[in-house]
Amino acid sequence: MAYVAIADRDHEQEHHDPQTFITKYIWSQDHKVIAVQYSITAIFVGLIALGLSAMMRLQLGFPDTFSFINPENYYQFITMHGMIMVIYLLTALFLGGFGNYLIPLQCGARDMVFPFLNMLSYWVYLLSVIILLISFFVPGGSTGAGWTLYPPQAIMQGTPGTDWGILLMLLSLAVFIVAFTMGGLNYVTTVLQARCKGMTLMRMPLSVWGIFIATVLGLLAFPALLVSAIMMLFDKTLMTSFFMPAISSMGADPGYTGGSPILFQHLFWFFGHPEVYIVALPAFGIVSDLLSTHARKNIFGYRMMVWAIVAIGGLSFIVWAHHMYVSGMNPYFGFFFATTTLIIAVPTAIKVYNWVLTLWQGNIHLRVPMLFAIGFIFTFIHGGLTGLFLGNVTIDLPLSDTYFVVAHFHMVMGVSPVLVVFGAIYHWWPKITGKMYNETLGKWHFWMTFLGTYSIYLPMHYLGFQGVPRRYFSMGNTEFLPESAQDLNAWITMSALFVAATQLLFFVNVVWSLMKGPKADPNPWGATTLEWQTPDTPPKHGNWGHELPECHRWAYDYSVPGYEDDFIPQNVPADKAPAGREHGADH
Amino acid sequence: MSDAVGVQSAPGNTGFVDDWSQDKQVFGVPWGKAMMWIFLLSDTFIFSCFLVGYMSVRIATTDPWPNPSEVFGLEAFGVQVPLLLIAIMTFILITSSGTMALAVNMGYRKDRNKTFWLMVATAVLGATFVGMQAFEWSKLISEGVRPWENPFGAAQFGSSFFMITGFHGMHVSAGVIYLLVIAFRVKNGFYEKRGGNYEIVEITGLYWHFVDLVWVFIFAFFYLW
Repeated sequence: MAYVAIADRDHEQEHHDPQTFITKYIWSQDHKVIAVQYSITAIFVGLIALGLSAMMRLQLGFPDTFSFINPENYYQFITMHGMIMVIYLLTALFLGGFGNYLIPLQCGARDMVFPFLNMLSYWVYLLSVIILLISFFVPGGSTGAGWTLYPPQAIMQGTPGTDWGILLMLLSLAVFIVAFTMGGLNYVTTVLQARCKGMTLMRMPLSVWGIFIATVLGLLAFPALLVSAIMMLFDKTLMTSFFMPAISSMGADPGYTGGSPILFQHLFWFFGHPEVYIVALPAFGIVSDLLSTHARKNIFGYRMMVWAIVAIGGLSFIVWAHHMYVSGMNPYFGFFFATTTLIIAVPTAIKVYNWVLTLWQGNIHLRVPMLFAIGFIFTFIHGGLTGLFLGNVTIDLPLSDTYFVVAHFHMVMGVSPVLVVFGAIYHWWPKITGKMYNETLGKWHFWMTFLGTYSIYLPMHYLGFQGVPRRYFSMGNTEFLPESAQDLNAWITMSALFVAATQLLFFVNVVWSLMKGPKADPNPWGATTLEWQTPDTPPKHGNWGHELPECHRWAYDYSVPGYEDDFIPQNVPADKAPAGREHGADH
Repeated sequence: MSDAVGVQSAPGNTGFVDDWSQDKQVFGVPWGKAMMWIFLLSDTFIFSCFLVGYMSVRIATTDPWPNPSEVFGLEAFGVQVPLLLIAIMTFILITSSGTMALAVNMGYRKDRNKTFWLMVATAVLGATFVGMQAFEWSKLISEGVRPWENPFGAAQFGSSFFMITGFHGMHVSAGVIYLLVIAFRVKNGFYEKRGGNYEIVEITGLYWHFVDLVWVFIFAFFYLW
């Protein structure tokens, strides 16, 4: 088959440079602008969710102190905190933000394959966020069903927000899924079809691999959430009984009959477990690139890293019921799901070993992105190990619905991806804005965040072992809990408030950099990947000027012997620099 | 030429992976077609979830499930024929797949006139299907079937029926609009200005055949079971 020119395929459709402020920054079809729009919106709602967690911690640490937090509010805070963090912050930021920014630049494309659809994706996402935020202000407030929205309680009287909150929540999710689908189709098609010449799949930076597989997961997992949201909307509005069994509510018969609440749990977690990896896989990919770049060393076991991402993605679809051990299931199913869950530890452990081996004897530069990347290895190992505990049915049963679970998933899919988010923002900030940030401020931000989160979540494991139940508004007189548990809760609250406050450093840094930051070098880290080789910093519309780049090597030619620089960019031809240590047959 | 082209592939799995991951498009098709494939894969999961959900509530409910052959029967010439309307609807939808396939063929032959009329015929058949579905809905509603209850048995029968056929009907309706838009663009020479490329007809066809295929599964799992 003749060589198919790739990224320039649509040359008949000229890229018209946007002219006015509105087409350039508001109704923009440029993937970089859309990425920034996605990121700003996601971080904005993330801050709201951070505020909600502070409110929850105030109640838990100092019960009976704050009159403005009552049980209803508390459940609304929990629900919205979880939902916003998982979906509207992390999913949107990793895929809509970093996916949009990095895929075309690292693949050597001028833009996403369908820029208009891409723009639509952002505006529909914004609509879903607005619907979500409106639910705070409707009568009855937002839903308080817990982020998992389990029926029957999610739509029954007595749960906060059953009038309007739950409707808007479900509607917002459905709109989000539409937005994600429009973006996700673009990301997948761009990676598959629009790479530049020489950019084979096995030369793509791991960031793109992680985002790519995560997007595939999203396209296959979000349908389950969409369907469960539609069914629950019907249960709520049309009185159908998909999820609602015959049940008595406050002494009255609401009129439901014969539905299956467990069905919702299956559908939800068929989405919910891949969702963990939708958040984790981009983080895995990005952290690999950060470690390799700042350790001036090729990533250890590139092919293994790629296959581990693919394997984790595949396995993530057959483990969902490990979230449902306490819901009751056939012991053989428990055995099956425990086994598949523990098998995921194999590719995950491969990745961790490879990150550590990448650092081994590297020329480590402890710059801010690198600090966050190394911090991620710590928190991720930590959260991953507790995952092994919870993957076993017999250990999960007593620990389920305690603070051990809260500690586990916050370490593994809260703190770890957020550390990568910060690392990635610091890493790509010079390229995105053309300005440098303040290194000292960034280091302070890292250390206070990193140590602070340990101070929050390590004690939570202990509370969990003691049996402190999660999601409770207050403990009251609980016989089996020592009084010291409350002291620990107060400590956790103070740590949480401290960590929340230190995030100000990040925003101070952002503002300082935008106002007064020194002009950034086009490639300040000496990185090999294509986005650092653009003719302009920040890259202009169309990314590459007249000529598309050509890729001649893998993304990890660092410290190649016999070459003057300690890195060889991917677009340097083989006759200008040594071939490096690319995986494959001929090296 | 890229340095990756012309390299002898390694034997075994490595070579297989290398071939697939070359620096060319993974699928030798237009971007829109690749995207439609991926979208349809995602949509498959939506309909699978609907059908699995339906089967699950059908098993879970304690009330007896109505017999679809009786509920969806029609009286013709004094004889009660089971699933009569559904059989006609299925026939019409499958026929529309045939006209669609012909339209794709005519598109590649750049026979704009025939492509246009075949696509319009497909859209008309699709609209007929939706119209008959509306008739079926109104008949069931007049017999007292509601999303929350029905006189024949388990409430989930009506819930699943309206939800699944409604969602499928929306897909068909969207397809009819999509077909008409593309058909008129073919007719007025929109694609002549873009290099005379009529692959869009096939992309539309992919969607249409998919909607047909989904109907076959709904027919098998909802009406025949």
